[in-house]
Amino acid sequence: MKTLTRSHRSGTDAASQGSSIGGRPPRSRAPMTTTGIIYVVLALVVVVGAVLTATQGRNFFSVTNISAILTALSVLGFISIGQTLVILAGSLDLSVPYVVSLSSLVGGGVMAGRSENIVQGVALALLVSAGIGLVIGLLVTVLDVHGFVATLGIGLVVSGYLAVNYQGSSGSAPRDFRLIGITRIGILPISTLIMLVIAALVIVLLRRTRLGHHLYAVGGNREVARMSGIRTATPVIVAHVLCSTLAGMAGLLLLARLSVGSPTIGSQGRYDLLSIAAVVLGGSLLAGGKGSILGTLGGVAIFAVLDSTMDVMSVNAFIQDVIRGLVIVLAVAVYARRSMARRPARFDRPTGVKAVLKEAQ
Amino acid sequence: MLTASGMTKSFLGHTVLADVSIEMFPGRVHGLVGENGAGKSTLMKLLAGVHQPDSGRLVIDGEERTFSHPVQAQHAGVSTVFQEFNLLPERTVAENIWIGREPRRGGLVDTGRMRRDTAELLEGLGVQALDPATVVRSLSVAEQQVVEIAKAVSHDARIISMDEPTAALADHEVELLYSIIARLTGRGVAILYVSHRLKEIFRLCDEITVLKDGRLVTHQPTTELDEASLVRHMVGRSIESFFPDPLPGTEPGETRLVLEGVGNGYVDDVTLTLRAGEIVGLAGLQGSGRTELLEGVFGVQPFTRGRMELDGRDTHVRSARAAVRQRLAFITEDRKAKGLALNQSILDNALGVVRAVFPGTTERSRKEVPGVLSSLEVSARGLDQEVQYLSGGNQQKVVLTRWLSIAPRVVLMDEPTRGIDVGAKHAVYELMRRLVADGVAILMVSSELPEVIGMSDRILVMRDGRLAGELPPGSTEEQVLALATGAELTEDVA
Repeated sequence: MKTLTRSHRSGTDAASQGSSIGGRPPRSRAPMTTTGIIYVVLALVVVVGAVLTATQGRNFFSVTNISAILTALSVLGFISIGQTLVILAGSLDLSVPYVVSLSSLVGGGVMAGRSENIVQGVALALLVSAGIGLVIGLLVTVLDVHGFVATLGIGLVVSGYLAVNYQGSSGSAPRDFRLIGITRIGILPISTLIMLVIAALVIVLLRRTRLGHHLYAVGGNREVARMSGIRTATPVIVAHVLCSTLAGMAGLLLLARLSVGSPTIGSQGRYDLLSIAAVVLGGSLLAGGKGSILGTLGGVAIFAVLDSTMDVMSVNAFIQDVIRGLVIVLAVAVYARRSMARRPARFDRPTGVKAVLKEAQ
Repeated sequence: MLTASGMTKSFLGHTVLADVSIEMFPGRVHGLVGENGAGKSTLMKLLAGVHQPDSGRLVIDGEERTFSHPVQAQHAGVSTVFQEFNLLPERTVAENIWIGREPRRGGLVDTGRMRRDTAELLEGLGVQALDPATVVRSLSVAEQQVVEIAKAVSHDARIISMDEPTAALADHEVELLYSIIARLTGRGVAILYVSHRLKEIFRLCDEITVLKDGRLVTHQPTTELDEASLVRHMVGRSIESFFPDPLPGTEPGETRLVLEGVGNGYVDDVTLTLRAGEIVGLAGLQGSGRTELLEGVFGVQPFTRGRMELDGRDTHVRSARAAVRQRLAFITEDRKAKGLALNQSILDNALGVVRAVFPGTTERSRKEVPGVLSSLEVSARGLDQEVQYLSGGNQQKVVLTRWLSIAPRVVLMDEPTRGIDVGAKHAVYELMRRLVADGVAILMVSSELPEVIGMSDRILVMRDGRLAGELPPGSTEEQVLALATGAELTEDVA
C-alpha cells in the first residue's frame, strides 16, 4: 500500500484550491458523512418496503414483521461486526461460514439437550472459534499471508473437518437455550439486543481505546503505523480473534433457533460474502483504515429490510440475488464517486481490488 | 546541541555518504544543499533513525546516541518532516499527531484532551484555523505539512529536519512555513533545512553545508556566500567526455512536434518545437513540471489549453493509446511500475505495446525483437526470462525495445538512465544517436546535468511549471542551475 505521498504536483493543486491556513475560518464539514447516506438509503428502503408490503395487504410496521426483520438482522449483524474489524485492520475473513457451522455443532454437542451444560457449551464453542481466529491472526501477521488467502485456507480446513466428522445435523440445544432465539422485549428480540450491546462495545473499542486507534492506523498504512512505534501485529490478531469469536456467537444463535447444530448452516447462509457486502455497503474501504460499525449495521439493516420486502412480494430467489447485487454495486459506486470528488489527486490510494491483486503478486 | 561527525553510509557497495560532519545549534537554521544524489536525504535519514550509519558518531547534548528506529530519534528530540508525509489520510488531524501515544484517562483514549492539545499545538505554531477533527485527506498539502510539523513539535523536538518543505507549496503557503520556522527557532529549536531553492536558503539559513557526490564540499555562514559561489560549490566538476558524438549526417529536419501555449494543471503556457533528428534536453528541478509536460504530450495528463501539432497536423492526444497510435513513445522514469510487467517474459514485454495498439503487426515485430535486443546487447538467459530477474540496465533496454517496435517518430524519455550501470548508459546514449540519425525526434527529461548537456542539441529549462528559458549546446551546469533555480549569477559565472 502506498504511503500518503506528497507529490510535486500538489503545489498547483493546493494553489487552485486557494486555501490559506492563515486567517481562514474552520472549514465546514462535508455536508453528509458516508454513514449519514447509508441511513438515508436505509430510510428509503424502509419507505419503499412499507409501500410494497402495503400493496400486499400487509403492515410493514407490525410487531411481527419488525421483530422478524430484527431477528434476521442479528445473525448477519454479529458476523458483520467482526468482518468490519478485520477489514478495518486491512485483512479479510472468508472463513466465517465454517466457523459458524463448527460453533453450532460444538455448542450443540456439548449441551446435548441438557440445560446444565449450556455454560460449558457456549464457552467451548466460543473458545474453539477464538482459537481459529488466533491461528488466522498469526498466519496474517507472523507469516505475512494476506487475510484473503489465510482465511480461504483455514476455511477449507474447517469445512473439510466438518465434512468428515459430521454427516448431518448433530447435537441439540436445551429448551432454556432455545429461548434466546425466540424471547423478545417488546418488539426487540433478545438476540438483536445482545448484538447491539456488542456493537456498542466494539464502537467504544474503536473510538476510545488505543487498540482501536491502532487498528485504524495499521489498516490505513502499516508502514506509517510501524514508524509511529505501533506494534502492528497486535491489532490485526485481536481483530481476527474477535471476528471468529463473533462468528462463533452467530453459530450459537443459529443453534438456539434451529435447536440442532448443522455442518452446512454457515455456508448455506453465505455469511462470508454477505458480511463483506454489508461492510462495504456500510461505507468501509475494502483496503482498510476507514469505516465504522454504525455504517456496517446500516448495511446489514438494508439487507434485512430488502429481504423481508422481497419475501412478502414473493420475489423469485434468483431475482432476489440480482437485486442485492445491484444494491451493493450501486452503493459502492456512489461512495467512490463522492470520495473522488472530495479527494485531492495526490492520494493515490489503491482500491480494494488493486490491493488484493498487489498482495497476490 | 547536535554534532554528527564522520557519517558514512553505503547501499549495496555504493557509497552514498562519505565522512560527512554537521553541527546544529539551538535557534539556528542550518541549510543543506547539493544536487540530486548528493546525499542530503541520506544524511537526514541517518539523523532520523530511518537508516543506520556504517560509521560515524552522533552526539546530542554531549551524549553519544545511536538510533535503530525513528521512534528512538523522536524520543531524543530529533524529528523529521519528510517529503513523503507519514500521515493517515482517513484519520483526523488530532489522531495523526498523537498516533501511537494517544492520551488516556481511565484506560480509555481521552479524545477531548487529544483535541485540546492539538489545538494548543497548532496555536503555538500560529495556525488557529485548522480544526483538529478534520480528516487529513481533505487538507491541502500546506495544511498536511503543518500537521507533520505539529507532530514533530508534539514530540518535544529540539531538532527538526525538513526535506524540501517548500517543494510542493504555493507561494502564499511558503510564507506560512517561514513564519512557523521563525516561531520554532524563537523557542530554541534547531532546524536542518534541505532545499533546492537558493533564494529561500539565503533568506532562512544562518549557515550552509554543501554536499556533492556524498561528500562535504564546504560549510560556511550564509553571510560569507552568495548565490553564484554556492552554485559553484554545488556543481564543481567538468563534464566527462562520456557522451558519443552525433552520427555523421544528423541534421535537424522537418518539424515533428509543436506545442503552443499548452497547459494541463501542472504545467502552463509551454511553447516548444521539436524537429526530426534533434535531441532536446528538458532540465529543471524536481517538481518543476518536466514529467508532467511529457505526460501532457503523451495524453496521460492531457493538455487542457493550447495547441499541439504532430508532423504538421493539429492533434489532441487524450489518452496514451491515442499517443501510441500517432507513433509517440514514452520511456517513463519509473520502469518497474510503469514501464514493464515485471513477472512477464522479455518477449511479452517487448511486444506489449504493439500487441495492444497495433495487433496486426505483432508477428512482424516478434521476428524483429531478437535482433533489436541483441543490437542493444541485452544479456539474458533467453526471451522467456522474466524481466524482474534482469539488471536495471537490461530492463531499460527491454523498455526501449518495447517502444522501438512501434517505429516511433517522437520519443519522450524521462530519466532514461536512472539507476542503470555505466555500460548500459552508454548503450542508451548510442541508441539515442542512432534514432535521431533515422529522423526520430527525442525530448529527454533528466536530472543528470552532465547528461543533459552532453546529449542535447538544445536545452530547455523548466521552473514552476513553465519554461524558464532555452540554452544552446555546450552551456554550463551553472547556467542550467541558474535558470532552474531562478538564481541570479554574477557575470563571471554566467
